[in-house]
Amino acid sequence: MSDTTTPPEHVDASVVASDGDVIESSTVIVCCGSGGVGKTTTAAVLGLEAARRGRRAVVVTIDPARRLADALGLADGLASEPQRIELGPSTAGNSGGELWAMMLDTAATFDGLVRRHADSDEQIERILTNPFYRNIAGALSGTQEYMAAETLHELHLDDRFDLVVVDTPPSRNALDFLEAPGVLARFLDHRLFRLLMLPTRGGLKVIGTATQPILKAIGRVVGSDVLADSVAFFQAFAGMETGFRQRADDVVALIRSPETSFVVVASPRHDTIDEAVWFARQLGDQGVGVTSAIVNRTHPEFGCGSAADAAAAADAARESDDGVLGVLWDNVAALRRMRDLELDVISPLAEVVGGERLVVLPLLDGDVHDLDGLLVIAAHLFDHPVVDR
Amino acid sequence: MLVVELDGKPALAGLVPGIEVLAISAPEALDEYLRDHGFARIAKRLNRTGVIDVVGTAAPGIDDIVVLGKIKQLERSGEYDLIVVDGPAAGHAITFLTSAAGLADAVSSGPVRTQAEEVLELLHDPTRCQVVLVTLPETTPVNEVVETAFALEDDVGVQLGPVVVNGVDIGEPLPDDETARGAVSHLDAETGRTLLDAAEFRRSRREMEAGEIARLASELPIPKVTLPARPAAGLTPEDIDELALVLGP
Repeated sequence: MSDTTTPPEHVDASVVASDGDVIESSTVIVCCGSGGVGKTTTAAVLGLEAARRGRRAVVVTIDPARRLADALGLADGLASEPQRIELGPSTAGNSGGELWAMMLDTAATFDGLVRRHADSDEQIERILTNPFYRNIAGALSGTQEYMAAETLHELHLDDRFDLVVVDTPPSRNALDFLEAPGVLARFLDHRLFRLLMLPTRGGLKVIGTATQPILKAIGRVVGSDVLADSVAFFQAFAGMETGFRQRADDVVALIRSPETSFVVVASPRHDTIDEAVWFARQLGDQGVGVTSAIVNRTHPEFGCGSAADAAAAADAARESDDGVLGVLWDNVAALRRMRDLELDVISPLAEVVGGERLVVLPLLDGDVHDLDGLLVIAAHLFDHPVVDR
Repeated sequence: MLVVELDGKPALAGLVPGIEVLAISAPEALDEYLRDHGFARIAKRLNRTGVIDVVGTAAPGIDDIVVLGKIKQLERSGEYDLIVVDGPAAGHAITFLTSAAGLADAVSSGPVRTQAEEVLELLHDPTRCQVVLVTLPETTPVNEVVETAFALEDDVGVQLGPVVVNGVDIGEPLPDDETARGAVSHLDAETGRTLLDAAEFRRSRREMEAGEIARLASELPIPKVTLPARPAAGLTPEDIDELALVLGP
């Protein structure tokens, strides 16, 4: 195959250096973008390259598909504790680099937070067994994002690692990840929460007249058992709000610090590029820059002519009755046309993040399903020869 | 005929001109639901204080059930002979469609229970409702669609329509490597290389796709419909027309 890493015209060759910097200077890398664009694979590639360069990297994924576990050679799938990935000597060399991977376990992470902030075993027990709590751990919007942020904070403090690469949940709103840590704090600050708390404070029995109709109405809509569970939950949670809020603030501070790099991942389609552009702008507005953008799965470049050249060559071949050559040129024309369309679609993203920060990765001729496949992508991304394990 | 989009950004209106498109979002549907069921004053208050978050968390699936309830109401209105819903992605599709069964179990009486029961009736009646799963000819999408199909049959009990395999490369067949080598032998080396590399790339993508389609056929024995890949980085109404022709004139 010809040189497939050649970026589009408005993209400068220093892209490669830029991603190398991300790998070497960050302590946290957050991969974001819409679903189905290869975010998980990209996170794994960044972790692998960091290990190759001597760093001790841990990749946290939310991808429940077995694909990443397979690619990393983990027969039993990913665990919710970091596992060390065996790298061949020619991959990590004598660099001292290590690659670890784990899967985000939202419920277990939340349980851990409750254990940390609760005053007593009795309070822990009351919260963890409450059905309303189980629902929050599984269903409150933003919980998964919050726990991803919490997990990255924990790993960041873990001495075993000097780089944490996080693959964010495919949110409808990509900024959820930044905002999620505040969601629970706001939830606990909720007016309803305070109303529900009233009866327990100092033994006062004042469920004021204001609260009663609301509680009744909620009870009528969702059923009284459910309501009783939620009241019990809020009461059990008493006293933990401050700890939770402090922790959420720490997590947000880490995500916003200059040690954290954001890599926006997209595929060369209108919808995912629109989302990436929007996300990059939002991050900019929040004062957090996008460090680089990676567009996966772009059709590779074949030869140096244009699609029109290839189409003309196909016509010429057919005129001289060479049908096979005509079909071969048609194929080149179709692949070049597709690449042109894709590069057009990508250009708004290059404008927003800066062309020098955008890398275009080729669509490969097969699926990525092992460590060698990840190494092939790393070689494209960082412009080094593919090494044999 | 009506097309329904859930949450997300509106994308379909521009693609299917002439067909009515309706966007349904969970918060609006919940608000409407509360108003329709005699909770108008409460609804106002719930929204103002944001208690809807709490209700949604207390009974997960309530936001899904109000959306499904709204769709059921549109179906019952008799205004449309077909309603096509652009549903949530694989992971969320199962929780979305199991919300009715979950709530019917959790809530013993009241409007939510009635709603859940009526939605279950709709989901269980193959003459009223079917699910069309859509996938791509690649490993992960095929794995996901197989898992989703079994989960929908087992956990939801909804009738599955044909599975659509989208974006399949079904262009003109390419000559094999030997024939191709013969055809480029009189060209300069670089040009020959370009033609051979391009052919090899395309053949190997097609082989991978064919392998995944065969695996899908063996793992999920229900009818399939194949849609060709469009040479575009984003679809236009013309592409949609062409693709519709593939499904039937």
